[in-house]
Amino acid sequence: MDTTEFLIKLILVISVFGISLLIAMYSTYAERKVAAFLQDRLGPNRAGPFGILQPVADGVKMFMKEEIIPANADKFLFIAGPSLMMLTACMTGVVIPWGGELTIGRNTFNLQITDVNIGLLYIFGVVSIGVYGIMIGAWASNNKYSLMGGLRASSQMISYELAMGISIIALVMTTGTLSTKEIVEQQSSWHWNILYQPLGFLIFLVCAFAETNRTPFDLPECETELIGGFHTEYSSMKLGFYLFAEYINMFISSAILATLYFGGYNFPFIESWGLSPNAVTIIGTLLFFGKIFFFIFFFMWVRWTIPRFRYDQLMNLGWKVMIPLALFNLFITGIITLWRNGAF
Amino acid sequence: MLQEIGTTGQGDLIINVGPQHPSTHGVLHLVITLNGETVKKVEPHLGYIHRSIEKMCESLTYRQFIYSTSRMDYLSSHINNHGCALCVEKGLQLEIPERAKVIRVLMDELTRMASHCLWWGALAMDVGAITPFFHAFREREMLNDLMEETCGARLTMNYMVPGGVMFDLHPNFQKRVHEFIKLFKSKIDEYDELVTFNPIFIQRMKGIGFLSKEEAISYGCSGPTARASGVQCDIRKLYPYEVYDKVQFDEIIETDGDCYARYLVRMKELKQSLSIVEQLIDNIPEGDFQAKTKAVLKLPKGEFYTRVETARGEFGVYIVSEGGTTPYRIKFRSPGFSNLSALDHMTRGQKIGDLVAIMGTLDLVIPDIDR
Repeated sequence: MDTTEFLIKLILVISVFGISLLIAMYSTYAERKVAAFLQDRLGPNRAGPFGILQPVADGVKMFMKEEIIPANADKFLFIAGPSLMMLTACMTGVVIPWGGELTIGRNTFNLQITDVNIGLLYIFGVVSIGVYGIMIGAWASNNKYSLMGGLRASSQMISYELAMGISIIALVMTTGTLSTKEIVEQQSSWHWNILYQPLGFLIFLVCAFAETNRTPFDLPECETELIGGFHTEYSSMKLGFYLFAEYINMFISSAILATLYFGGYNFPFIESWGLSPNAVTIIGTLLFFGKIFFFIFFFMWVRWTIPRFRYDQLMNLGWKVMIPLALFNLFITGIITLWRNGAF
Repeated sequence: MLQEIGTTGQGDLIINVGPQHPSTHGVLHLVITLNGETVKKVEPHLGYIHRSIEKMCESLTYRQFIYSTSRMDYLSSHINNHGCALCVEKGLQLEIPERAKVIRVLMDELTRMASHCLWWGALAMDVGAITPFFHAFREREMLNDLMEETCGARLTMNYMVPGGVMFDLHPNFQKRVHEFIKLFKSKIDEYDELVTFNPIFIQRMKGIGFLSKEEAISYGCSGPTARASGVQCDIRKLYPYEVYDKVQFDEIIETDGDCYARYLVRMKELKQSLSIVEQLIDNIPEGDFQAKTKAVLKLPKGEFYTRVETARGEFGVYIVSEGGTTPYRIKFRSPGFSNLSALDHMTRGQKIGDLVAIMGTLDLVIPDIDR
C-alpha cells in the first residue's frame, strides 16, 4: 500500500466516522423536529437559528451532568456496556459503499472503506455484538428494571436477527454474493432488489426496527413499564452513548436498507444524462444519502404514530410470523432461482 | 417493608413500581410480584399524598371546606365542588336558581370532557404512543382557557358555592363553547382513527384486565370502570340532580369488562357529554346565578349524603352536622379508591405491560385515592 492510497483510506475512514457521528447528532435534532411536527408543536428553536445548535447543547449538557455509578454496580462492566454499544455502532459503516469511483488526477478510488467479500456477514457479526452492550450494561447496573430491560433486549434482538438473517439469505441467493459493493453494482439502473425481494424487504424492515429498539419494538427501554429499561441507572455521557448509539444504528440500518434493497447509490437512467463519471459518482452519493434520510424519517414517523407491542406479542410476532414468513420467502426465492437457471 | 424487597424464594421477583414511576401518574406505590414477565400479585401502598382533607374540613365552615375538595380529584374539581355544594344545599333545604343549575351542568360536562381528554392521552402514552398525548392536551387547553375566563382558575376551580355559582358566566363563554364543539367533533373522529382502530392498540387492550359484572359490584367499582362490565351505575341517570333529567343522553354500557370496553365507554361518553353541552349551551335561562344565602351557613343537626357522577365514577359527600357552623364529620366516597381495589384482581396472571394498560384504563388520580 503506497502513501497516496493510505492517505485516501485515512481520509475516507475519518470522513465516514465523522459523517456517521454528525448525522446521528442531527438525527436527534430531526427526531425532535419531526415529533414536534406530528404533535403540533414547534420543537427545539432556542439554540441558534431554528434550534440548529440544539444537538451541541445536548452534548454539552450530557458531559456536564454528574456521573453516577451505583454502589452495587460492577464498575468495569458498567462502563464497558455503553462503550461496546458505541464501538459496534461505529464499526458497521466500514463496508457500506457510499458511492462509486472517483477519479482525481491519475488516482481512482472507491468511496468505500473496504470491500470485503463477506461484507454482509461482517455487518451481521458486528450488529450481533451490539446486543452485548445492552446486556452487559443492564446486568452490571444491578437494578431489577435494568435486568428486565436487558433480558428483553437480548431475547428480542436474537429472535429478530434470525428472521433478518433468513431474509438476507434469500437476497444472497438472488445476488450470489455477500459483498456489499457487488450487490449495489448488480442493482444498476432500475434493477433494485426491492422489485425482486419485496417480502424480504418487508421482513428486513420490521426486523431493522426491532434491532434498533425503536417503537413499536422499544421494549428494552419501555419507559412506561421499565422506567428506562437497560439504561435506568445510567447518567451523564454513558447514557449519552446509549442514546447516541441508537441513532447511529438507525443511520446504519437505513444505509443498509438503501444499499441492499434500494440500489445504494444507483438511480434509474442516470447514465443516459451524459454526465462525466465523477459527476455521476457525486450525484449517486447524494442520492444515496437522500435514500438514507428517507428511511431515517420513516423510522421517526413510525415511532411517533403507533403504540408499542407487549413483550409476549413481540416474541409471538418474531417467532410465529416473521420467521415462517422469512422461510417462505426463502423457499419461493429458491424455486424461482432454480427455475431461472433452467432446473425445471 | 424492607424484608419484602427482594425475592420470595420461589424465583419470583418483587419490584416496587412507584412512588416515582412514569406510569403511575402520581405517587402511587405498587409492590408487584413478578414471575418472569407475569404479574402474580399487586399490592398498592397508599398514603404518599394523604393530606387529611376530611379532618381539615371539620375545622372549616360550610363555605370554606368546598375549596379543599378541588384538590382531591383535581381533574374533575368542578364536579367535586358540585357534590359538596349539593350536600350543603340539601342540609339547608335551599332551592337554587334555574340558571345556576344549567351553568353547573355545563361546567360538569366540560370538566368531564377535559378529564377524558387527559385520560385518553395518558392511556395512549402508557401503551407507547406519545403523539396522542399532545393532541389531547391541545383540545383540553381550549377547555382550560374558557374555564379560566369564567372561573379565574384552570385546575382548582372553586366555582360552585352553596346556593349556585360564584360568578356569572363570562360574556365570551357561549361563543367559545360553540367554537370548541365545532372543533372537537372532528377531533373525536381523529382520535378514533389514530388510536381506537389501531391494530396494535386493540391487541394491547382486548381481553386484558377482565372484570365481571359481579366482581365490579363487589369491589364497589363505579363510573366507566363498572359500566364497561355491564353495571348500570350512572348517577346522572339513576338519581338525576340539577337538570340531568331534562337533557337527552345515553348511559353507555359495555359488557366485555376488559380494557377495550373501558376505553370505548369513555370515548362514547365524550360524545354524550358533547351532546349535553350542545343541548344546554343555547338554552341557558336568564336570572340569578346564585340564591340568596345567609352570610354564615349553619346546617341543622343531622346527617346528609349526596352523590354525583365524576369523570371517574360515583363521588359521595357525607356530612354529619351538630348544628354548628362547621361539620362534625365529613366523609368523601371517592371513585378512584374503590376502582383501585380491583387492580390486583384484574392484573393477576397478566403481563407487566398489561398492568400499565389496566392502570391506564382505570383512570386513577392519586390525590383522589389518598385524599
